[in-house]
Amino acid sequence: MKLTGAQIVCESLLKEGVDTVFGILGGQILPLYDTLTQYPQLRHILTGHEQGAAHAAEGYARSTGKVGVCFATSGPGATNLVTGIADAYLDSTPLVAITGQVGRLFIGKDAFQEIDITGITLPITKHNYLITEAADIARTIKEAFYLARSGRPGPVLIDIPKDVQTEQADFVYPVRIDLSGYKPTISGHATQVSKAVKLITSAKKPVILAGHGAIISGVYDELRSLAETAQIPVVTTLLGISSFPESHKLSYGWLGMHGLAYANLAVMEADLLVAVGLRFDDRATAKVSTFAPHAKVIHIDIDPAEIGKNVHVDIPIVGDAKNVLKAINKHMQPLEHTTWLKQLDRWRKEHPSIAIRDTDTLLPQYVIRKIWEATKGDAIVVAGVGQHQMFAGQHWFYDKPNSFITSGGLGTMGFELPAALGVKTGKPTENVWCIAGDGSIQMTIQELSTIARENIGVKIAILNNNYLGMVRQWQQIFYERRYMATPLHCPNFVKLAEAYAIPAENVKAKKDVTLAVKRAMAINGPYIINFEVAPEENVYPFVPPGASLHEFIEAPQKEVL
Amino acid sequence: MIPSQHIITALVYDKPGVLNRVASLFRRRGFNIASIAVGASEVSDVSRMTIVVDGANTMVEQVRKQLDKVIDVIKVSDITGDTTITRELALMKVKSTPATRSEIMQIVDIFRAKIVDVAVDSLTVEVTGDELKVSSLYNLLKGFGIKEISRTGIIGMTRGVTFAGDEDVNKE
Repeated sequence: MKLTGAQIVCESLLKEGVDTVFGILGGQILPLYDTLTQYPQLRHILTGHEQGAAHAAEGYARSTGKVGVCFATSGPGATNLVTGIADAYLDSTPLVAITGQVGRLFIGKDAFQEIDITGITLPITKHNYLITEAADIARTIKEAFYLARSGRPGPVLIDIPKDVQTEQADFVYPVRIDLSGYKPTISGHATQVSKAVKLITSAKKPVILAGHGAIISGVYDELRSLAETAQIPVVTTLLGISSFPESHKLSYGWLGMHGLAYANLAVMEADLLVAVGLRFDDRATAKVSTFAPHAKVIHIDIDPAEIGKNVHVDIPIVGDAKNVLKAINKHMQPLEHTTWLKQLDRWRKEHPSIAIRDTDTLLPQYVIRKIWEATKGDAIVVAGVGQHQMFAGQHWFYDKPNSFITSGGLGTMGFELPAALGVKTGKPTENVWCIAGDGSIQMTIQELSTIARENIGVKIAILNNNYLGMVRQWQQIFYERRYMATPLHCPNFVKLAEAYAIPAENVKAKKDVTLAVKRAMAINGPYIINFEVAPEENVYPFVPPGASLHEFIEAPQKEVL
Repeated sequence: MIPSQHIITALVYDKPGVLNRVASLFRRRGFNIASIAVGASEVSDVSRMTIVVDGANTMVEQVRKQLDKVIDVIKVSDITGDTTITRELALMKVKSTPATRSEIMQIVDIFRAKIVDVAVDSLTVEVTGDELKVSSLYNLLKGFGIKEISRTGIIGMTRGVTFAGDEDVNKE
């Protein structure tokens, strides 16, 4: 049976189990959108901006583990996706972006809204395609989804000229794919595994370092089993938060520039790091040449190019973290590290990184803690980029697997609102709290229209300090308080919410926080709380750029506010 | 060959944009390409690239791994070393006068190169060999004045395992 290219796209998406697509239409993708009317099984969510569509697809993907899908038209529609695609690339998020392109005869003629989007996205996609015949669509989509979700996940872009969308071809969805240039290593090498077991067994001060790969691979049980059997403390990266329950006595928080003091100290003092699915990013390692100076490193990662890229590795194990940890656990004998753990507990007492000062003013840390208390931690937290993100990482205690979703590698301000709507769409029965910054949220504020129209029940907490707070903090510390371009003139967020027909309220006082949060939780639908927090509150601990991980600045006892 | 140079070969699908994907990766990661040569391989629809890069071993290992991640790249090998045969082709248009013509021809002869075009005021020389040979000939002919030169960049492969290692052939 002959179908049009657009129909083949829809049929192929259904074959891949897609139920939701985020996007915005335009001239060159009209045939595909027209065809969507024949496929009510594919829920289309119109966003306010293509960047929002990409982030929403990311949120959907990161919370469900499925491939997120977004659509955009050619030219500006496609270029607007770029930030979201780059974000997905750096955070290894499975994403398939489908863009319309000008008709084949117009390609290369600088036609209206023609842009070389495969060229533009080449360095920020795992792979991309420009389809030139409708007959290639099914195979390409099959490959794209396989590439996006397998190995180290990532974004794949498919560019489809308008006349290919209307061209007819036979639809046969391929059963197999042939990609001889792509064979991810899934199970770890047995020799490497036994070497790792030996090294773990002989270590005196081991630390497990869990990254985003631990979450992508879903190693919650395996990680816990290894930590408990061998009595190894667990430290995570920012994106590794929620791979290991933070209330567990072996959990010592997360490391990095704004990581917890005792996590940083543990890593710097360790004689062995068992790194699970991470890439030793500079925000995690601080000064890389002095990082973990006493530690041998076992590095488990599915991407061989990450091994030895930033730090020296003693035992590389390329493979899916789940398989590798299972293999390690099989040979792991119970161990004790009493002295080491005591040392860590001492550091935890001496450096109470997550203590919140008792102030009259409303601190952002306090807001996070109160939301955590009111929700009993039963929520998925989605944060943007900036101070609010770090506070959300520090002052919420993540016990629920994969419950902290934020933009790590690219550090995309404006991620939180669209990503949160994507998370809630993918996980409608979960409580989703969007922890937003007043600067960050304004970068994608138009997605309030999406949330209102689709009645997506995201609870939005804006930590409003009327500044681009993280940059202001840097200006305060490194630029003698010259607040160039960081003070904001925020809109009245309550009135703004009202304009979008979203219920909202303003909170200035500590005593009102919990009540407001409870009101938000009681409402079946979206809700916005604008928290007017202390304007010049800083994030601590803080490892200054160029310093080593243990050279953190801690919160002054009494900071002037 | 410069000691820090590495020769990397890559089997790649002969698809539009594949050269761009490889070149883009080098640019993006800050690796400097000394030369790159692409041509058909023994398999249809598959090309073989020979890429010469400058850099320390660790950096080249990172190049190799990053190249391996490109979906259209099938296989990457670092073939730097003694058991590798490398060749480059160059065309050089050399200024000539009746007085210098025979001297140029003698030099060309010593290098087992060929004159492929003769004009009133120039000779065009074709030379094949490893990079050193091509560069040596270039240095000798430079004195006569080189109007134009075009070099292919080297291509290379490892020797067959049972190769006897005939001296004459090796020393060509």
